[in-house]
Amino acid sequence: MPRTARDVVFVDGVRTPFGKAGPKGIYAETRADDLVIKAIRELLRRNPSLDPARVDEVAIAATTQIGDQGLTLGRSAALLAGLPKTVPGYSIDRMCAGAMTAATSVAGGIAFGAYDIAIAGGVEHMGRHPMGEGVDPNPRFLSEKVVDESALFMGMTAENLHDRFPHLTKERCDAYAVRSQEKAAKAYANNVIQPDLVPVAVRRTNEAAGETGWGLATVDEPMRPGTTMEMLAGLKTPFRPHGRITAGNAAGLNDGATASLIAAEDVARELGLPVKMRMVSYAFVGVEPEVMGIGPVPATEKALRQAGLTIADIGAFEINEAFAIQVLSMLDHFGIADDDERVNPYGGAIAYGHPLASSGVRLMTQLARRFEERPDVRYGLTSMCIGMGMGGTVIWENPNFTEGGK
Amino acid sequence: MSDTTALLKRAHELFPDEVVTSAHVRHLDLPLGAGKFALITLDNGFDHTKPTTFGPGSLAKLSEALDQVEREAAAGEIAAVGVTGKPFIFAVGADLKGVEVLKEHSDALAIGKGGHDVFKRIAALPVPTFAFYNGAAMGGGVEVGLHCDYRTVSTGVPAFSLPECFLGLVPGWGGCTLLPNLIGPAKAITVIIENSLSQNRQLKGKQVFDLGIADAVFAPADFLEQSLLWAATVLKGETVVERPEIDRGEAWDAAVAHGRAIADSKVHGAAPAPYRALDIIAAAKDATLKDAASLQAGFDAEDAALADLIMGGELRSGIYAFNLVQKRGKRPFGAPDKSLARPVTKVGVVGAGLMASQLALLFARQLKVPVVLTDIDQERVDKGVGYVHGEIDKLQAKGRLNQDGANRLKGLVTGSLDKAAAFGDADFVIEAVFEELGVKQQVFADVEAVVSPTCILATNTSSLSVTEMAAKLEHPERVVGFHFFNPVAVLPLLEIVRGESTDDASLATAFGVAKKLKKTGVLVKDAPAFVVNRILTRFMGEIQTVIDEGTPIDTIEKGVEPLGLPMSPIVLIELVGPAIALHVSETLHGAFPERFTVSENLRRVVAAGKRGFYTWASGQQEIDPEVAALLQVGDVVLTPEQVLDRALTAVAQEIALMLDEGVVAEAQDIDLCLITGAGWPFHLGGITPYLDRSGVSERVNGKPFLAPGIASVPA
Repeated sequence: MPRTARDVVFVDGVRTPFGKAGPKGIYAETRADDLVIKAIRELLRRNPSLDPARVDEVAIAATTQIGDQGLTLGRSAALLAGLPKTVPGYSIDRMCAGAMTAATSVAGGIAFGAYDIAIAGGVEHMGRHPMGEGVDPNPRFLSEKVVDESALFMGMTAENLHDRFPHLTKERCDAYAVRSQEKAAKAYANNVIQPDLVPVAVRRTNEAAGETGWGLATVDEPMRPGTTMEMLAGLKTPFRPHGRITAGNAAGLNDGATASLIAAEDVARELGLPVKMRMVSYAFVGVEPEVMGIGPVPATEKALRQAGLTIADIGAFEINEAFAIQVLSMLDHFGIADDDERVNPYGGAIAYGHPLASSGVRLMTQLARRFEERPDVRYGLTSMCIGMGMGGTVIWENPNFTEGGK
Repeated sequence: MSDTTALLKRAHELFPDEVVTSAHVRHLDLPLGAGKFALITLDNGFDHTKPTTFGPGSLAKLSEALDQVEREAAAGEIAAVGVTGKPFIFAVGADLKGVEVLKEHSDALAIGKGGHDVFKRIAALPVPTFAFYNGAAMGGGVEVGLHCDYRTVSTGVPAFSLPECFLGLVPGWGGCTLLPNLIGPAKAITVIIENSLSQNRQLKGKQVFDLGIADAVFAPADFLEQSLLWAATVLKGETVVERPEIDRGEAWDAAVAHGRAIADSKVHGAAPAPYRALDIIAAAKDATLKDAASLQAGFDAEDAALADLIMGGELRSGIYAFNLVQKRGKRPFGAPDKSLARPVTKVGVVGAGLMASQLALLFARQLKVPVVLTDIDQERVDKGVGYVHGEIDKLQAKGRLNQDGANRLKGLVTGSLDKAAAFGDADFVIEAVFEELGVKQQVFADVEAVVSPTCILATNTSSLSVTEMAAKLEHPERVVGFHFFNPVAVLPLLEIVRGESTDDASLATAFGVAKKLKKTGVLVKDAPAFVVNRILTRFMGEIQTVIDEGTPIDTIEKGVEPLGLPMSPIVLIELVGPAIALHVSETLHGAFPERFTVSENLRRVVAAGKRGFYTWASGQQEIDPEVAALLQVGDVVLTPEQVLDRALTAVAQEIALMLDEGVVAEAQDIDLCLITGAGWPFHLGGITPYLDRSGVSERVNGKPFLAPGIASVPA
C-alpha cells in the first residue's frame, strides 16, 4: 500500500495557570483531572471551526497515574470534557516530557495517516501526587549498580551536573534564574502569556490557606518578580550541604495542566484552523541517569541531524528550566551565551513552575507565540531533560517565516 | 444591634440545633480585566448529601458577609458581587426544622422579615449582583438569586423549584413578588403554583434558562469559570441582558385567574397556601424590579402570609406529611433488620391478567431479574407477556429505555404453563389471581410443591386473610401480603402484611424487595382489608349510607369538598370499580357487621353492570340517569356540613379501632398509607392531623391521634 507521510502542525495550545503544590496552593482542593478537562474544553472553545467529533485521539500525560491522574486519563478526561463518546483516549508517561511525548506520539500517528487531528496534553498535580508516590524501584538498580542512588532524586542529579561542569557556577545559575523571573514578569506585562491561560474556578475550605469559598485562578502562582541575586544567594541547598541547587535556581513543585491540538497540516487548513508551528523532527535520547540534565544535548543533536539542520539554524529556543544548570550545560555545549536573547525570551519554568508531565506543551505554546512575533525566525526548538536520564527535543518550523527576515 | 440582628438572634435561640450555613466571601480578579469580584459561597460544611439550608443562624452569616461587601462596594474596592453554592448544591431553602419549632405568630413573622431584611441588602448593593445557580436550588435558595441583578444556571442543576405551596407555605422571601416581575405572572405561576402542586415537580437547569429565570446557561464542567467570564462581559458592556417586556394589563389578571383554576383543580380550595401566593402575585403587578419601595408592599404581604401559614394547621400537616414520606417512608417502622433479607434473583407471578402483568413489568424494571408469568392456558400467558412487551415498547418509544435496555427487559419477562419448570429456582412468587380464599390457597399449595422451602410466597390480596392463605402450607412462615395500589406504576404504597406465621427473614425479604421496587413499604397486621381499603371503605360506606338514606349526590360532593381530596368518593367508586368496592365492603361487613354495611343500591349498580354513578356522555360530569333510576333511597336529606361530619366521624372511629387492634404501629403509618396509597393530600397530613385540628378526634374518641407539635403548633 503506498503511503505518504503528512506534515504535522501545532494548531493551538492552552494551559491552566500553574499553582504551587501543597496545602496552601491555589489547586490544593482541585482535582487533577478537572484541570486537564478545563484545558481541553477551552482548547475546543477557542477553535469553534473544529467539530469535536473530528478529534481522533486524546493523549494525556501524567507521571503519577494514580487516583485522579489514573483511570486512563486521556479517555476519562475526554468523556468528562464532553467530547463525543466516539473519541478515544489514552494515558502516557515519560515523566517531565509527558506532554511532549503526547504531542510527538500523536504526531507520529498523524504522519502515518492514523489520525487527522488529536489532542495532546498533560497534567501533574504534585500537591495531590508528590514525586515518587507509590514508586517501587527494583532493588537491582542499586545492587547491580545500574544507577547511582542519586539518579532517582532530580535535585541530586543536578548537583552531579555541577560536578561535571565546574565552570557553570552557582552564581551563573542564580543570574540565569533572576533573568528568567525578569523575562516572565515582562512577558506578563506585555500580555504574552495570559491569552493562553484557562481560568480555573478553585474551591478552598482550608481557612489557613486564605479566603474560603470559590475563587478563580487566573495567573501563575509560583512567579517571583523582583527576585535578585542577593535574595537567591542565601537560599538553602537541600540536596547537598554547601551545594549549588536551591529553590531559586530550579523549578518548584507545581500543579497544572496543558492541552494542545496537533493536526495534519492539510486538514488544519481545510478546517480553517490556525497553523502555529510545523513539526520538523523530534528525538528522545537516553543519558546516564545520574546526570539526567544533560539529556537535551544528545536529543537536540539527534533531532538536528534528522532535520538536516545545525544549531545555527535555530532562531528560537524554549528549554524547560527544571534546573538552571541543565539549561546552562546545554547552552555551553552549543556555544550559546547564558543570556542569549533567542533562549526562553518569555522566561521559563523557574518562574512559571514545572508541573512535570504538563510542561512540554507549555514550551510549545510559548514557542508558537515567539514564532508569531518573529516572522524572521524560521526554526525553533522545544527541549527538556527527563527523569531516569533522558532528553527530548522537538524542532519546529515557523509557518509565518518570510525570507525578508534577518 | 440592628433590628435584623436582634430578630435573627431571637430566632436562633428558638432553633439552637440549626446546621448553620456559612457565607464565605472570597475575592477574585475577573477575566477581561473587568475588575475585582467578591464571590459569596454558601456552604454548610457538609458534602452534597446534606444540602445547604437557611435558618436564622445562616441568615445571620449571610448578613455578616453582606456587611463586608457593602463596605467594599461603598469604598469602590469591588466591581461586582456574586453568590454561588458548594459543589452540586446552591441552597435548598429554609430549614423546615426551624419552622416546626415556632410557637408564636410574632416569631413566625420574624422569620419572614429576617430573610427579607438580609436578601434585600443584596438588591440594594451599589454594584451589580450575580447569582450562579451551580446546583440544586429550592425555595429560599432560589429567592436569594432572585434578589440579584443577573443569574446564570448550570445545565447540571437537577432540581430547581419553589416548593412552598406543596408544603403549605408561600415563597415568602421575595419569590411571590419578584418572580412574576422577572418572567411574567404566567410563567411564575407555573413555577410557584402548578409545579409545586404537581407533587413538587422540579425544573432542570435548561428549563430555568428557558423560563427566563436565568440569563445565561452553561455546562457543569466549567460552569463557574464561564459564569464569571459572562459576568465580566456584562460588566464591560459586551453582553447586554434583555428581558421581555411584561404585560401588566389584563394578561396579568388572566394569568392569576388561571392560577386559581389550577389551585382549585389541585386542592379544591382546601389548602390556603396557593391562594395566598396568588393574592401576592396579583398585587405584584404594581411593583417593579430594582424599585425597592414598590416591592416592599409585596414583601410585607409575604411576611404576613408566611406568619399566618406557619401558625396554621395546613402547613404543620404539610411538613408532617413531607417528613412521613421522606423519612418514615424510607425507614419502615417495625420492619425486621434488613440483614435478614434473602436475595431475590428470580420472580414468579401466578396469573397473567392485567394486575399480574403490571406487577411483572414492575419487578423486571426495578429488580432486573427474570420474571415468569404463569396462567391456566397458553393464550392467557401469551396475552400477559404480550402486554408487558408492549409496555416496554412504549417506554422505549418515550425514550425511557434504549434498545439494549428494552431487549434486556423483554428477555427477562417470559411466560410458562409449567409451574415446576418456571418457579423451581424462583426466590419470590407472587399471586394475583381471583380474590377467593379457596382459589388462592390452592395456588399456594401448587406453588409450594415446586419451589424451594425458603421461596417467598406473596399475595396481592386486597382483603383476604394472609394467615388463612398460609394455613395449609408446609412452610406458612414464608407467606407475606404484598398489597399494591392501582395504578401500580403511580401510587407508591405497598402494604406489607405479616401473617401469624410469617417469620422475620421472609418479612425482611419483602421489605427489601419493596425498597428495590421503589415502593413505600408499610408494615401492616393481617386484618380485614388492611389499612387503606378499610378506611376508604368505611368512608365510602358512610357516604353510600347517606345516599341511601336520601341525601342527593350533589350535596355529598359539596360536603366533602373542604377536604380537598384528589377525587370525590363517588368518582373513586368508579376508579376502583363498583364490583370490587362491593366485594371489599362485603368482606368488611363479614368482619365488622356493626360498622360496615353492604349497600343494596351498590348491589343494584353492580348487577346492572354499571361502571359508576356518573356519566360524561354530554362532556360534563352528570349523574347517570340509568343509575339514578336504579337507586332506591329514603327521605333523610342532610346538609353538606352534616355529610362531612358523618363521614369524618366514621373515619375517626375506624382509625381509632384500627390502632387499638394494632393494624399498624402508630397513627403516622395510617397517614403515610393514605398519602401514598390513596393520594390523600399533604394539607390534611393524610387524615389524622386534620381530624385532630378540626376537633373530630376529640369528639369521637375523646383524644387526639397525635401529640401536640407532631403535626401542629407545639404546646
